[in-house]
Amino acid sequence: MKVGYYPGCSLHGTSREFDESLRAVAEVLGVELAEIDDWSCCGATSAHATNHLLSVALPARNLALAESQGHAEVLAPCAACYNRLAGARHEIATDAALAARMPELIGRPFANTVAVRNVVEVLHGLLPTIRVRAGQPLAGIKVACYYGCLLVRPAEVCSFDDAEDPVTMEEVVSATGATPVAWDMRLECCGGALSVSRTRSVVRLGRAILNDARAAGADAIVVACPMCHSNLDFRQSAMVRRGEAAMPVLFLSELVGLAFGVAPDRLGLRRHFTSARSLLDRVQPPAAAREVR
Amino acid sequence: MARIGVFVCHCGENIGRTVDCARVAEELGKLPGVAHAVDYKYMCSDPGQALIKQAIAEKKLTGVVVAACSPHMHEKTFRRACGSAGLNPFLCEMANVREHCSWIHEDRDAATDKAVDLARFIVEKVKRNVPLETIRIPVTKRALVIGGGIAGIQAALDLADGGAEVILVEKEPSIGGHMSQLSETFPTLDCSQCILTPRMVEVYQHPNIKLMAYSEVAEVGGYIGNFDVKIRQKARYVDAANCNGCGACQKACIVRKVPSEFDEKLGKRTAIYVPFPQAVPNIPVIDRASCAYFKAKAKGVKKDACGKCKEACSKGAIDYEQADTFVTEKVGAIVVATGYTLYSIGKDQPEGLRGYGEYGYGTIPDVIDGLQFERLASASGPTAGKILRPSDGKEPKRIVFLQCVGSRDPAKGIEYCSKICCMYVAKHTMLYRHKVHDGQATVFYMDIRANGKGYDEFVRRAIEEDGARYVRGRVSRMYRDGETIKVQGFDTLSGEPVVIDADMVVLATAIRPQPGIEQLAQKLSASYDAHGFFNEAHPKLRPVETNTAGVYLAGACQAPRDIPDSVAMASAAAAKILGLFSKAELEREPTVAKVDAALCAGCFHCERVCPYGAITRIEVRDRKGNLVKIVAEVNPGVCQGCGTCQATCPSKSVELQGFTDEQIWSEINALLA
Repeated sequence: MKVGYYPGCSLHGTSREFDESLRAVAEVLGVELAEIDDWSCCGATSAHATNHLLSVALPARNLALAESQGHAEVLAPCAACYNRLAGARHEIATDAALAARMPELIGRPFANTVAVRNVVEVLHGLLPTIRVRAGQPLAGIKVACYYGCLLVRPAEVCSFDDAEDPVTMEEVVSATGATPVAWDMRLECCGGALSVSRTRSVVRLGRAILNDARAAGADAIVVACPMCHSNLDFRQSAMVRRGEAAMPVLFLSELVGLAFGVAPDRLGLRRHFTSARSLLDRVQPPAAAREVR
Repeated sequence: MARIGVFVCHCGENIGRTVDCARVAEELGKLPGVAHAVDYKYMCSDPGQALIKQAIAEKKLTGVVVAACSPHMHEKTFRRACGSAGLNPFLCEMANVREHCSWIHEDRDAATDKAVDLARFIVEKVKRNVPLETIRIPVTKRALVIGGGIAGIQAALDLADGGAEVILVEKEPSIGGHMSQLSETFPTLDCSQCILTPRMVEVYQHPNIKLMAYSEVAEVGGYIGNFDVKIRQKARYVDAANCNGCGACQKACIVRKVPSEFDEKLGKRTAIYVPFPQAVPNIPVIDRASCAYFKAKAKGVKKDACGKCKEACSKGAIDYEQADTFVTEKVGAIVVATGYTLYSIGKDQPEGLRGYGEYGYGTIPDVIDGLQFERLASASGPTAGKILRPSDGKEPKRIVFLQCVGSRDPAKGIEYCSKICCMYVAKHTMLYRHKVHDGQATVFYMDIRANGKGYDEFVRRAIEEDGARYVRGRVSRMYRDGETIKVQGFDTLSGEPVVIDADMVVLATAIRPQPGIEQLAQKLSASYDAHGFFNEAHPKLRPVETNTAGVYLAGACQAPRDIPDSVAMASAAAAKILGLFSKAELEREPTVAKVDAALCAGCFHCERVCPYGAITRIEVRDRKGNLVKIVAEVNPGVCQGCGTCQATCPSKSVELQGFTDEQIWSEINALLA
């Protein structure tokens, strides 16, 4: 299986572990990630607040590139990229006038034929393979699946799962041998891009999420969005209070990688700000936890 | 040689403004076979009809064409006029030069030309019309009522009081339907059981009503006035003739924890049970799936299977060997009163609908639906009328009600309004306050739809006198925080997100038709909408009839209905049927299909395509009695004259009377000539 791969800025920068773990997992699953040649910014966070047409044209350019490079589908791991790409695709598909303007705006032919997928969706499509490949290293580990806001909303764009009560991430986690916990804050806002401008809001929101996951008995939180990860991982030291245990925050691909027995280093687990050691100590066999700070 | 009379109507200015009616008459008069052609201001008026009658007598007309409005409007009028002048009514046809011409065109010359064409091809058709005789069919003066809820009960009683025999079929062990589960009813707060149970008893005792509880309609054959209905009587494993309803069997039953359907799973029942003490008939049934005797038998245990109820019964009425039985009844009309079911709010939904996983129904025990709340509030309910929450039996001091759960939400698959929820939620808040004086009810709503007599006053009372707090907005999700349920929503009037703490949450879920209604509709050849509600014949003028003659509707099988509406529909259906039964014979239009047995090759394509099941097979024998072939025959009582068989028949041996191939071809040829 070969898919077009749109890493976006975060997977080349702040969330390199998402990229690394994804590539490691893809290798095991026999999925070839063909990075789109000459990809550019998806316009997330700023374009759609600045200029609507720009916010559609930027993703459209990348989709057009994928189309010309022969891809039927594109994997966009970052939830913001996914949301922008899928959103633009949906808007162009439902607005004939907008579709007609696109080729001229982006300077290349564009037929809007490429499907946009996120990591949860792609892994969910490979559940039988994951079940076969996963050993028992995660047995007994409880995981809180955190969807955040962008992955499953709006419903008409991200139709791979129920927008209000999604289940796909839990099903992937179950396939790895870990146990998803039932908790309440899995669709709440993490504060997103306000991490820099209104850090205190992000800390308040993130703390509520961490507390709920902890109350549900989770050993770790699993995410599929670089923004969620950065807020819950990087800002966690400001969220936890004295005496509270740290909560490892993993990308879904990292958890799947651990289930496959991939070495934590290759999954980028040492890049986290909040140590994943408490989790890795419980991974069987413990040898997998070597060389992590 | 044909002698056709053409009568062109001006319809005041409706036609005359755009069509030169005099020229139409003049042009038509030139056609071969047209003996008479005139125009007149109002052809449907008394002098207009007199013109037609006079011409028939004087010019010895063999056919009449009226170029006027739609046949839907006045075909009957003109055919009656022809009939009274001695001309067979089916030799009269209309050319629609109003809806099809003058109303939709502006160019007078072109419109006139078109009107000439429209009238011309009808002339060619009428030349080939043959006299047809009205079909007369006998009527069986007995009605079948399907469903024993309040609608079915009302229809049965009205019919029976009107002198008709009634067979009332109910699939549950007792009649009463959802109304018997309700605590009190809006907008008067009178006790539901108190007004319903006397009617149930009346049904049971009425000499004209044959009650068949725990039965289902298996097959429906025949047609208006002459239906043959096969009814399956499910095995109760209790001999109804011997049972005296003493209840000893239920006391003896060892299986005591089956979730009660009547109490919406909030209470328990035994394996042998009557759904509720006031059940009619008061004869228990054994629930095979939970009965210890049948479970042991299924496992192959030969001895020592339970048998406690049999030991306890002094009448020897328990019969484990009882089997389903079938009876066939002849009826003249059918009332469908199958009622509704509630949309299940859990995550899993049938038929591609999406549930509300985010509301936690099924995972949070104190999130219940409207019918469950009715049972909690009912004196006959599992809590004897005390409002206690299911999880720990505590009295909830804060209740949140959510309206429009499922209804008016295309994303979840139901776009219609369920109509009764606004009212019953208001009622629930009042019942709650009357029982928990220091309790606070909060209602999330979209709009308040209280459009009935005394309805809006009732909702105002809930708010102003009983202190219900109404919040306009939707709830996004609910989650548990200790013993509290956090209800997270949005107040669209203040524009603020809100989180309300609740001890219990009641969801006003959408009304859906009963499961299996499609199969019943297909048995009856009646049509239903995308949601499974039965279609009425006309939304305004024929609200309780279906498009299948002789099949009538009452209550929530047609759309969400409250009790007053259901009862009104039931009485209307009964009145329609009593009207039908007042005649010795039924008259039907003779425009039905007819098979030429000499031509028919017996392929039975027609049988497969007929939407009404009007095709039967008959044997053709020679004079010595040898079988020559088997051919199709049309039952004129069932045929609705749709013509599908005619279009399908490969040998052109079935034709719709009044619309034969020859007639249609002559129309087309006239247009193309």
